[in-house]
Amino acid sequence: MNLLEVKDLGVQFDTLDGTVNAVNGISFNLKAGETLGIVGESGSGKSQTVFALMGLIARNGTTTGSIKYNGKEILNLPEKQLNKIRAEQISMIFQDPMTSLNPYTRVSDQLTEVLIHHKGLSKKQALIESVQMLDAVKIPQAKSRIHLYPHEFSGGMRQRVMIAMALLCKPQLLIADEPTTALDVTVQAQIMKLLSELQQELGTAIILITHDLGVIAGSCEEMLVMYGGRVMEYGNIKQVFSQPAHPYTKGLLHAIPRIDHQGDQLTTIPGSPPNMLRLPEGCPFEPRCGVALDTCKNVIPTLQEFTDNRYRACHSALEL
Amino acid sequence: MNNTNELLSVSDLKVQFDIYPKGAMPWTSPDKLKAVDGISFSLKEGETLGIVGESGCGKSTLARALIKLIPAHEGKVLWMGQHDILEASKTELLDIRRQAQMIYQDPLASLNPRMTIGQIIAEPLITHYPKTKKEDVKKQVQDMMLKVGLLPNQINRYPHEFSGGQCQRIGIARALILNPKLIICDEPVSALDVSVQAQVINLLMELQNELGMSLIFIAHDLSVVRHISTRIMVLYLGNVAEVSPANDLYENPKHPYTQALISAVPIPDPVAEKNKDIILLEGDLPSPLSPPSGCVFRTRCPKTQQLCATTKPALESNDSDHFVACHFAD
Repeated sequence: MNLLEVKDLGVQFDTLDGTVNAVNGISFNLKAGETLGIVGESGSGKSQTVFALMGLIARNGTTTGSIKYNGKEILNLPEKQLNKIRAEQISMIFQDPMTSLNPYTRVSDQLTEVLIHHKGLSKKQALIESVQMLDAVKIPQAKSRIHLYPHEFSGGMRQRVMIAMALLCKPQLLIADEPTTALDVTVQAQIMKLLSELQQELGTAIILITHDLGVIAGSCEEMLVMYGGRVMEYGNIKQVFSQPAHPYTKGLLHAIPRIDHQGDQLTTIPGSPPNMLRLPEGCPFEPRCGVALDTCKNVIPTLQEFTDNRYRACHSALEL
Repeated sequence: MNNTNELLSVSDLKVQFDIYPKGAMPWTSPDKLKAVDGISFSLKEGETLGIVGESGCGKSTLARALIKLIPAHEGKVLWMGQHDILEASKTELLDIRRQAQMIYQDPLASLNPRMTIGQIIAEPLITHYPKTKKEDVKKQVQDMMLKVGLLPNQINRYPHEFSGGQCQRIGIARALILNPKLIICDEPVSALDVSVQAQVINLLMELQNELGMSLIFIAHDLSVVRHISTRIMVLYLGNVAEVSPANDLYENPKHPYTQALISAVPIPDPVAEKNKDIILLEGDLPSPLSPPSGCVFRTRCPKTQQLCATTKPALESNDSDHFVACHFAD
């Protein structure tokens, strides 16, 4: 059985400028212990997709569709029931480790709070478990450093604290929203290795959101490529990287310079990402697409399985 | 070092900041933060020098000190083998800055929101050549906009009406309008999306081919730097770790820090990425307020030995133009 089943998820925001359709009809499944990567450029709706999973959508937003966690519908659950699932079963790591920790509170209080609230531990017991978790994320001298404030840690250490906090209740699903974007490459390598070690130990499923295709390549089994709030392509990463089936995925893969060989000129995708207030009537990628057909202008392509377990949303002829 | 086609020759440049410790009395002497600690390099005409390093290694401070946006503490920056920029008088400096322009990281924040892009691009021209006729200014601005891929009829719009990639094109147009010999790009693409980043990189490379200027390209993304640079300098904690022609550096890195840095960059290819060996560095960058003695990298270096703690390694090469600062380089 799938741990998570997302079906036809939509997120809309009412703003003064009009309705923003941030996420439109997204579906995917996730098995226990698996890692799913979501890639897309800024504004493609990748963060809003997982915010919907966590019930964190801003007040002017509405969500439609269905999210089933262990077979139970969790979309638009009342706050009280959602709080039981959040942190205990699903938890999240945010992009900026400085702004997502409370600067006025010691790390020890921020960590023990989770255990006291969710597991009903005593303060003493919670502290012991928190120190163990900080040890697990390899913070040196965890026992004394747990009493420091967030600003006394470096960026990489703060992200480790965030990971420790997210894993305190041993969740089945961890959502990592750009966990390494604010970090240097050498620290990024440390954090990604730590995440995969912890995943193997605890058997957690991970949804990893990033704009860096290299990070996805290193740590995921499946990937979802998003553009303009829609899924463009979905499948096993080895196949998507070696034989991209959507023109956007192809363009993206050609547009990144690679460190392992000196390339010629980069192939670019002309134009810029769409304005989410005024999405094209048809395929959101149509204005920038090199192989667009007439139908692309008016008809939104649906996500279809074209071979075993590989999906794409495109009208143009399939070329692998 | 006084080669005629050498545009910039920097020797032993040091930049220090005074940091007053918490609760310091007015008479206590400040701590010295050595942001740039004795960097030497040269830049030839038409060349692209990439500068890489982690945050806090002094990349941006170095770039700003080169054109005296930050005062340097010690050292020499020779412009075309003649003027020392650090000692230059106001008029000399104006003359040099006309030929050395800068592109900044945040495309929107570096454009004045209350000026139209026509005014923004024309400003350097009006500052340095105040006698230019209005029609000439407008014509030059429009030509430049075409060159960087903006439509000339957008001349009266304001920066907020443009996307990030377009704002960076405006920044490039502003830097190019004086036809400079050198452009210092401080992380010009790191705020942009992948698909737009490629457009800006290609544009910079095309313009360089056409106009023949030199570039100093600062970035933390090693793949981007490899793509655009002819030569690359790796910085660590205000010191040069390695300088080498681009391909040589990536194929044959000699400094342990460069090796770790390159191995840590994720490759967008699942097969290659999962099979590569990552040299993981322990810990974080030490505080530049109290750098380690001897070699600054020794606290995180897998090869460190007794000698590293006592003697600072010099930047040396055995035969080629591949320089390394390490006692135990490969």
